[in-house]
Amino acid sequence: MLKGRAFKFGDNISTDHIVPGRLAHLRSNLPELARHVLEDADPEFACKVKPGDFVVGGSNFGLGSSREHAPLVIKMAGVSAVLAKSVARIFFRNAINRGLPVLICDTDSINDGDELEVDMSGGTIKNMTSGRTITFKPIPDFMLSILNEGGIMPYIKKHGDFKL
Amino acid sequence: MQVGSTLAEKILSARSGSVRKAGDIAIAAVDLAFVQDTTGPLAVRAFREAGFCELANPEKTVLFLDHAAPSPSWQLSNDHMSMRSFARETGCVLSDVGEGVCHQVVAERLARPGDVIVGADSHTVTAGGLGAFATGMGSSDIAVAFALGKTWFRVPESILITLAGKFCKGVYAKDLILYLIGRIGADGATYKALEFGGSGIAGMPVTDRLTVANMAVEAGAKVGLFPSDELTYQYLKAVGREADYKPLAADSDAEYLERIEIDLSALEPMVSKPHTVDNTVTASQLEGVKVDQVVIGTCTNGRLQDMEIAAAILKGRRRHPQTRLIVGPASPLVLREAIRKGYIDTLIAAGAIILPPGCGPCLGLHQGALGDDEICLSTANRNFKGRMGNPRGHIYLASTATAAASAVAGKITDPREVL
Ligand code: SF4
Repeated sequence: MLKGRAFKFGDNISTDHIVPGRLAHLRSNLPELARHVLEDADPEFACKVKPGDFVVGGSNFGLGSSREHAPLVIKMAGVSAVLAKSVARIFFRNAINRGLPVLICDTDSINDGDELEVDMSGGTIKNMTSGRTITFKPIPDFMLSILNEGGIMPYIKKHGDFKL
Repeated sequence: MQVGSTLAEKILSARSGSVRKAGDIAIAAVDLAFVQDTTGPLAVRAFREAGFCELANPEKTVLFLDHAAPSPSWQLSNDHMSMRSFARETGCVLSDVGEGVCHQVVAERLARPGDVIVGADSHTVTAGGLGAFATGMGSSDIAVAFALGKTWFRVPESILITLAGKFCKGVYAKDLILYLIGRIGADGATYKALEFGGSGIAGMPVTDRLTVANMAVEAGAKVGLFPSDELTYQYLKAVGREADYKPLAADSDAEYLERIEIDLSALEPMVSKPHTVDNTVTASQLEGVKVDQVVIGTCTNGRLQDMEIAAAILKGRRRHPQTRLIVGPASPLVLREAIRKGYIDTLIAAGAIILPPGCGPCLGLHQGALGDDEICLSTANRNFKGRMGNPRGHIYLASTATAAASAVAGKITDPREVL
């Protein structure tokens, strides 16, 4: 069970909102880069987020660049999962590759600051603040097998190859 | 009865050695894998941390130093050093500072019809203009492709975009793709392939197709695919690679998720307003918006054809005194040809700043970051908040002709007024 607070963002949060190109010189200094996570969407997010919290987006979360640094710094900030109505393809793949769950669900009923409990195996998100329970779409099997190993590198180390 | 295959299904079936249909998982051989200087260092570290030592195909593994070229900071210079040493140790190909934007170099020298190409850069889709299944991934995925020479895909459903007719004067491939993204939305093709067909593509040279394919990702698509035909052959021949040509087309009975028809002759010059690419209107609707900076270049519109269009409009004219004009040819080949044909001379005479081949100001690292509330009209592919170095800047996207005409007027201008 994952527990934490919701940080609510709008639609179309791009990888430039998460880690803008102007900070490209920090990409080999991940702890420093992580201090700027989501800066262009909410300058205070990095100070406020606590381990276990959730990033909750609208539609098309993570659109834009292929920079894996985007899910990586979200994970480094202690975020336990990203919840969104829909998510851009490369961001989705990168997040799973780094062991960060991305859950597709109707986030409209989640408000900023709500306390959430996520049951990964049951596929449900309980909103402790509103009392509502919503479900999320199952993560596709092949991606789930990568996520369950903790990401693509642990997966490849274990299996030596892709296993269908 | 088995139905025919889309281009995406065809290529992924061929490269995975078994028939694959939309929705299937394919483990496909990778013909080319690359990274650039803002994603490469993480890929190099992931490769080493996983304990990999050898590359599956060193000569088909490329490291591009193009985003920060030349480097504006010691940190990025150190990143460049780590990539150069990785290239020395593994024997892979290095495309160093000044040798061009990755997607342009891939199109000129490397991509072949039917290839599977993966790059740690979202605009890897550009090579779809040559009939390659080319897509962007993150650093870890590319590190795995470097080591294993293969990767996994979920075979995408395809949306068929049927093009008919010809562009009117002043309307270009960029206007087509901006129009399409405005119509289907920034997530209109998420997880899907955009496949282009119809009689309209017979009049669309590969340079145009590269511009269209480049922006497929701005509609969320995994790939933007053109068939490989006579025009593909002509392009490959022009860059000395006719041996790489092979014809490729979807089957006539292929199944598509959706079909969209577009009459090219009905299109107008388009502009995407801040801060999303699907926020499109016609250029004429924005007439009069003052522009502080114009950028012509990037992997979307930094080709010889763009230099030609810009020079034709700027010949005998000058940039507006309050509008900076930055031009970045996307590769040394483009730059040299543009010099040889006199375009660069014309552009400098018109007040342009010529940048070395590279990404230039496109992602906000250097060479043209915006000041507070400044407006930039760019031929790039993205106008996200903060993209050009300042979340308080405003980016509009347009064709090269619209950009050049606007540089002269100092405000957004429909290029048909000056052509
Ligand atoms: S020119 Fe711009 S969009 Fe193209 S690869 Fe470079 S930074 Fe990315």
